[in-house]
Amino acid sequence: MILSLGLLLLCQLLGEALAHGLSLPLPGPVIGMALLLVLLLVREKFAPVLPREVGDGTLEKTSNGLLSHLSLMFIPAGVGVVQRLDLVVSHGVALFVALLVSTALAMLASVAAFRFIARLIGERE
Amino acid sequence: MSQSDFALWVYLSRTPLLWLTVTIFAYVIADRISAGVHRNPLANPVLHAVWMIGLVLAVTGTPYRVYFEGAQFVHFMLGPATVALAVPLYGHRRTVMRALVPMAGALVVGAIVALVSAVAIAKALGVPDDVLISLAPKSVTGGVAMGVSERMGGDPALTGVLVMITGVIGSIIVTPLMNTTGVKDMRARGFAVGVAAHGIGTARAFQVDMIAGTFAGIGMGLNAMLTPILVPVFLPWLLG
Repeated sequence: MILSLGLLLLCQLLGEALAHGLSLPLPGPVIGMALLLVLLLVREKFAPVLPREVGDGTLEKTSNGLLSHLSLMFIPAGVGVVQRLDLVVSHGVALFVALLVSTALAMLASVAAFRFIARLIGERE
Repeated sequence: MSQSDFALWVYLSRTPLLWLTVTIFAYVIADRISAGVHRNPLANPVLHAVWMIGLVLAVTGTPYRVYFEGAQFVHFMLGPATVALAVPLYGHRRTVMRALVPMAGALVVGAIVALVSAVAIAKALGVPDDVLISLAPKSVTGGVAMGVSERMGGDPALTGVLVMITGVIGSIIVTPLMNTTGVKDMRARGFAVGVAAHGIGTARAFQVDMIAGTFAGIGMGLNAMLTPILVPVFLPWLLG
């Protein structure tokens, strides 16, 4: 479990190093995700040299455990927002309407495009 | 409060331990309630934990800076959690690979509609230009959106607030919206909420379905790359 957590941090660290070292326009954790994906794709080939935790399901368990509590990790930033609601009061209603309608429209449009293209290329779920 | 109680409070309120513990328990309570009402979208754990903690901070007169000293450990986990998205992505890689073309279309359409509709509606309702700039990137994840806002001459702090509200709105409305419009495809549902409502939408998607969560993570990641390109293109045109 600790090794898996360490591995996630290591991927993020390498991602941050690459992002800053090469001035990539991507956030470090996103590059870290790509690195972990590569590791997962090649882990069978390199099984003899990799720690057992990478292949025995522990990495999966740790990652999925973390993702099932993704909501928790947004709380500190969310609390910060409550303290800065003064920034939106002057146009509060207009901004709320814009956010609500725009978010609904964006999701409906995105789903419609997804389904339309999936049907167009004759793809089944 | 007696003198010694007060001294104890002063001591504890300055340690990261207190606010870290408060954050975790506020989440546990909000998450239990959410699970107890079968993940009803109105019982959104982020929303309810946030106001509960906000109330505690207001009552105790605790500044956010002091709160964050403790809460930063939880906030920090966003990084490793983002890396962890590789695991469901790998697990569902065949499903994901088959949906690449529909995802590309859904990304472009969703990102453009999110940006154009928000700015157009707010403009029509009389919101001034400087606020519209800060509003434009509201569908992408916090750090990226604030960077875009700053480059375009907006207020990153305001953008941060709008991003957070967008995430909560998206994660509350996605389930009823998709159910009433009869969308059953969890790939499309998840992807849409990731594009429109970033990480908080993704957190909701993982509550509902693993496939939806996986696709939401992809939608969030791809939109974090697309919206920074779209905003400089569309914003001058929208502001007229």
